Parts: sequence; C-alpha cells; structure tokens
Amino acid sequence: MFRKGGRAISWQSNQNNVIVKLENINKEYDKEVLRVGSLELKKGLIYGIIGPSGAGKSTLLRIINLLTPQSQGTYYFHGEPVSKSNRELIDLQRKMGLVFQKTILFSDSVWNNVAYGLKARGYHKDEINERVGNLLDQVGLRDLAKRRADTLSGGEAQRVAIARSVAYDPELLLLDEPTANLDPYNIELIEKMIKTLSEEKSITVVIVTHNVFQARRIADEVIFIDNGKIIEMGPTKKIFNNPDHEKTRLYVEGKVIS
Amino acid sequence: MFDLLDGIIEAFSLIIALDPDLIQIVLLSLQVSLTAIIISTLLAIPLGTLLGLKPEKKTRLFNKIIFTFMGMPPVVGGLIIFLLLSRMGPLGVLDLLYTPSAMIIAQVFLATPIITGLTMVGIRAKGAEVEETARSLGAGSFLAAWTVVREARFAILGAIITGLGRVIAEVGAVMLVGGNIAGKTRVMTTAIVLETRKGNFELAIGLGIILLLLSFIINSVLYNVQKGGQSN
Repeated sequence: MFRKGGRAISWQSNQNNVIVKLENINKEYDKEVLRVGSLELKKGLIYGIIGPSGAGKSTLLRIINLLTPQSQGTYYFHGEPVSKSNRELIDLQRKMGLVFQKTILFSDSVWNNVAYGLKARGYHKDEINERVGNLLDQVGLRDLAKRRADTLSGGEAQRVAIARSVAYDPELLLLDEPTANLDPYNIELIEKMIKTLSEEKSITVVIVTHNVFQARRIADEVIFIDNGKIIEMGPTKKIFNNPDHEKTRLYVEGKVIS
Repeated sequence: MFDLLDGIIEAFSLIIALDPDLIQIVLLSLQVSLTAIIISTLLAIPLGTLLGLKPEKKTRLFNKIIFTFMGMPPVVGGLIIFLLLSRMGPLGVLDLLYTPSAMIIAQVFLATPIITGLTMVGIRAKGAEVEETARSLGAGSFLAAWTVVREARFAILGAIITGLGRVIAEVGAVMLVGGNIAGKTRVMTTAIVLETRKGNFELAIGLGIILLLLSFIINSVLYNVQKGGQSN
C-alpha cells in the first residue's frame, strides 16, 4: 500500500500494458452470480470468454464495461481504482466500445450511426467525416453510408455496430455474442474485422461467445467460466490443447459438463 | 329528410362563401386546441420520457394515475378546471373563467395525460435498450434521453395527434369553462350544440362537416405516422 498524489492506491500496475484489472469482484442479485478472484486485460490482446449459458459471461462483460456495478471488490483502470462516481464512470465508459448481442442501430443513416460516438465526444465535423469515411472504407461499408440502418441485413447491421464502437478509438472493445445469429460468411467477415481492428488500432478486445471454435480462431487468451466462476484462463493454445482442469477439457471438446 | 338535404346544401354554401361567423368559430377552435396541444406536448414529452425510462415497478402508481386521467370524461375535466378558476376557487383571482385561456387550460388538462401515457408506452417499448446503447457509445444523460426520444418519435408524434384529435372534438369541458360566448369563446363543438338547439341546422351541419374534415386530416396524418413507425 502506498500513496500517490494523496490518493490511496492498493495496486499499481508495474506493467503499463494492463488496461483493466478486476480483483476479488463478485456480483450478487438474489444469490451470487459471479465471482472473479483476479483478472487482467492487457493491451492489444483478444480475449475470448467462453462457458455454458447462464455461466455469467455477459455479467462479466457488463462489469468490465461498468454498466453493471460489482457488489464487492475493486476495479482498476490503468492501475487506478475506479470510484462509483457517475462522472468517472462515464469518462471510463467513453474509453470502451460495447456491442450487444441484439444490435440496436439508431433509425438514421449508417453514416450517422457510425458518427454517433464521435459526436457524443464533441469531435470537430471535419475529424468526424474523416474518421467515419476511413472506417467505412476499412470495413467495406462505404457503399451503405447513406442507407437507413434499420434496412440492413443482420450481418451488415453487426458490422455497422462494431464500426460504430471503434470509431472513437476505444482502448477496449467488448463484444457480447457478436455473431450469434449470423451465417458462416458474415461470421468470417466479422472475425476478420475484429482481428484487423485489434491489430491495426491496438485495441484490446473481449469477446463473449458460446462458440468455442470462434474463441479458438480469434482469441489470444481464453477465459472459461462456469457457474459464475472463472475455472481457467490462459493462452488459447494451452486452454484447447492442454487445459489444467477436467471441466475445461470437457467443455472445449464439446462434451456435457456437470 | 328534406330538411337535412336543405341543411347540407346551405352548409356548403356557408363554407364556400367563407361565412364570417363560421370562419371565426373555426379559427378560434384551432387557436385554442393547437395552443393547448403545444403546451401539453412541452409538459408531456419530458414527463412521459422520464416515466418510460424508469423500471415499470417504480412507476406503477404514476401509471395508474395517468391511465385514469387518460380516460377521464371531458366534462369531469371541465368541472375540475371550472372549480379551480371560478371566483370562489383557488385560482379565481386570475379571472380566467369564460375566456379562451380557460378553455386552453381545460384542454391542456385533458390532453397532457394522453400524450404522457402514450409517450411513456412508446419509450418503454425499446427505450431501455436504446438508452443503454447510447450510453455505451459515450452519451451523457441528456444526449441518451434525447436519442431515446428521437427513436420513439413515431410513437410520440402519434401521441400528440391523438391528443389533438381528442381535444378538438370535445364539447363538455370547453362548454363549462368557456361558456360558449358568441365571438369570444364559441368553438365548433359548442356552436354545433347551440345551433342545433336553435334549429339553425345549416350552420351546425357546416361546422360538423369541417369538424369531420379536420378529424379525417388528423387521422390520416396519424395513420401515415404509424405506418412510418412500423418500418422500424
């Protein structure tokens, strides 16, 4: 424990590349739904959160996004413990992008949807035009710029949602089952898009998926959750080829776990 | 039957000739009802949005009160405003009874719960998801709320038009608080009642035709608005 600038800091990252650290976090509604001993998210990596339905994957994602407050424990952002003040939460949320399983695009043009986060941050019009234009080129949506977003197909809508969430260069991109209802072609497109964005913009990506093969294809690190607890986490190869826990092995092999 | 036909022909000639009495009554009706709707809209949209964004279990009592007032008979609304504005009432000093202002207040009283309730329902339909999405993209409280209102614009416009349709066609409240004074507080609905009683069917029918026409326009706009909303 030491003090910096008059503020008590119980944990300070000695690795500048740790963006988020969760320590002894739990979430309770009527009963405990999630418990995380320790979890670090490092810059530029893609994390895949896998686990059965109801395991607590989305709850963990919402806690990382600060949309759902934890019941106990400490959330660190770049080594600083996060308070629960509304202002600080909004400031930190502005450094993250979140794409929900059920995409909500605003009933406006594709262009205005992608520009939304930039406008919310008060970017200058020229900067907005440049960023949105470049991003739409990058993700192959330029031709759809003027289309009303509510007329897009599922795959196009999800690509717009991801483009919208990275337009303002977030440090962290959180994706909740982004390809759940899509065909293989669109799944491949979106996975490529996620990998390219992560590499080119050095964005840390956390993707919740029920599809273990997807995690294997795109994640650098995998977090396996069951019954609200992190059973195992580590490099993707290790989790899939040589897991420490029997439950993990059964799950990644597609077998029933009890 | 002959009287009715005669009356209709006379009514059309009054409309075509732009009869000054008829025009004055129509203009006052529009002035009162449109002013009331503008005021109601300014009150109801923020209130409906606020209630629509709160979890339903936290607003149950409000919901019940609003839904009750939405279905309130206009004459009861008129009676409440009459008692408030009458010389012995708490707002009697304002001396507003039997003026267009009193009629506007009565119509605001009738329209506000309708617009609030329908806005609340429209916002609740997808407001929470839209608000969460807006916040996740960095919107503050005001921008998030504005985005929700924008997304529910078809429902809100429908609510406003429904409110207008209700107040422009009602007779009980404006009759009570306006007094149906010729040239001062006489509107289409109260004039129809009076002229029918007097046997002046041509003016009553003429006003009835205009009221029906207005109702047709209002409902056509509402229909188109709702059709526009369905594409979302």
